[in-house]
Amino acid sequence: MSLTTAHSVVAPSANSKRIAGAIIIAYALISIVPLLWIFATSFKTPPDSIAYPPKIVFQPSIEGYCNLFTTRTRQTPEYINSLGPATGFCDETVRKRNMVIAGPSNFLPRFLNSLIIAFGSTFCAVFLGTLSAYGFSRFKVPLADDLLFFILSTRFMPPIAVAIPIYLMYRELGLSDTALGMILLYTAVNVSLAVWLLKGFIDEIPREYEEAAMIDGYTRLQAFWRTVLPQATTGIAATAIFCLIFAWNEYAFAALLTSGTAQTAPPFIPTIIGEGGQDWPAVAAGTTIFLVPILVFTILLRKQLLRGITFGAVRK
Amino acid sequence: MLNRTAENVARATPEPLARKVRGISDKGLAWLFISPTILLLLAINIFPLFWAIYLSFTNYRANRPNEVVKNLGFANYQRILGDQDIWIAMQTTAHFVFWTILLQTLIGFTLAWLIDRKFRGHAFWTTLILVPMMLSPAVVGNFWRFLYEPQIGLFSYVISFVSGIPPTSIQMLSNVSLAPWSIIIVDTWMWTPYVMLICLAGLRSIPEYIYEAAEVDRASNWRQFWSITLPMALPFIMLAVLFRGIENFKMFDMVNLLTGGGPGSTTEVASITLKRQAFESWRTGYSSAFAIILFVAVFGLANIYVKALNKVKQR
Repeated sequence: MSLTTAHSVVAPSANSKRIAGAIIIAYALISIVPLLWIFATSFKTPPDSIAYPPKIVFQPSIEGYCNLFTTRTRQTPEYINSLGPATGFCDETVRKRNMVIAGPSNFLPRFLNSLIIAFGSTFCAVFLGTLSAYGFSRFKVPLADDLLFFILSTRFMPPIAVAIPIYLMYRELGLSDTALGMILLYTAVNVSLAVWLLKGFIDEIPREYEEAAMIDGYTRLQAFWRTVLPQATTGIAATAIFCLIFAWNEYAFAALLTSGTAQTAPPFIPTIIGEGGQDWPAVAAGTTIFLVPILVFTILLRKQLLRGITFGAVRK
Repeated sequence: MLNRTAENVARATPEPLARKVRGISDKGLAWLFISPTILLLLAINIFPLFWAIYLSFTNYRANRPNEVVKNLGFANYQRILGDQDIWIAMQTTAHFVFWTILLQTLIGFTLAWLIDRKFRGHAFWTTLILVPMMLSPAVVGNFWRFLYEPQIGLFSYVISFVSGIPPTSIQMLSNVSLAPWSIIIVDTWMWTPYVMLICLAGLRSIPEYIYEAAEVDRASNWRQFWSITLPMALPFIMLAVLFRGIENFKMFDMVNLLTGGGPGSTTEVASITLKRQAFESWRTGYSSAFAIILFVAVFGLANIYVKALNKVKQR
């Protein structure tokens, strides 16, 4: 590779590389600005966040995070003075605005719901997906192509259209607003991705390994367990992360089918309001906490990203 | 003597049973592995689908479960096809899909083409560009409301700074002619990286010797681009276009949080109309019929999509 390109007549010239690099870097920096703004806003005070012109330099404060995790009530200065000394930074900041902390907000339970539902559905989808992908990859399944198309097509259904009968079904079954209901639903949506991705990964593992294992006296099941699964770990991990990201980000089903106990973070974050409208620093704080795991996963996944977003069709 | 008995027994044992001795038969295992997935999809996707088909022929309302359900035949479908609001929603959707795909394809392909020069550090910058598409459209869309605020929003401020228009008059979300563009901008910002990534794979799939041959034949760069680069990357571009087309046709989350279909119904794409009919007006039967129509449309697109996928796979 390096030898041929060094003398290649088709390699881009140093100049064109420089220009391309400059444009790409400019695009990357501009496209990342909204995210940096979210991060910056989460460390502003409410007055700073709505200042005109927008403040780029500001005194950082964790008031947004305080407001995210608490609910507050307005009190008279006399009442606040009659209280003991403030306990901790949040208490102090809130009192400066003539308020006292009334209790914890719903953010933490909603965030935990997101975690439980995302991990639960990912586990189920990857478990079912691995089995099915192995079945489709190694055995002659009648109508395999039709079944695979059927599995994939479920992914393309408009969520609101699916939500209408699911809403009625869950109401009958008592699954409305439960974590179990959401886990089942997200598993069903994710299993199509899991089957398609994992089939690609398992197709790449040579059959000879299992055949050798079976000649050594392993049953098919043992061969699957001892030779295929260990080789497919990278693929399974990548698939799991894709399922996790989908379930973590999902909004439409969550907004329509959950309202209280099982509500996840995406429908909750937009409802964070302060006095006189949206409390933007608190929203930004919630958004930041919500986005950080995805950033980490994107970096971990960067080599498999292409495969994941095309259902395993493009492998590079 | 003993050997012969063993042989006879082996011969007499039917084939599937012989395999069963060493575990489950391959066929049985295949079904054991595949059926849970199929069953789950039947329960969570297909059964509700048939329920929706049934409801689409009735006047059922989910907020009045005890009322007598009347069979309307095809009346719901007839009303939808004659409903002005539905056609406006479909037009809004078409406008949204057309412009997002056009912008994303143009920008995405250009970016991929530039990244393919493999300048120093391209891997890092590519990863950075990819970040927006991994994020939750709902949570990020919600934050864009803040960026779009007239005056205090960063987006309005930058636009007024560049263009000289007073910042209070840049009402991205409440101006009837700007609101459709506000959702197009956010969608393009989020999903251009997606198109870029697939285009990049297409460009990298073109073997270098073709360019070398063209160079030997003294084909100009312009000619090489139109005769080699574009045609060979085209299946990948189509794949990206189709996928974005399907996704944006059913777009809900980002638009719902950014404009909620407003002002009025200027950004009311099909999914928003469906949600308003089904979960605000509670016209369950009517909205089920609309959902079925959308299903059929998406299913047709998905069919084309899978064919395109298989074509790309063969390369």
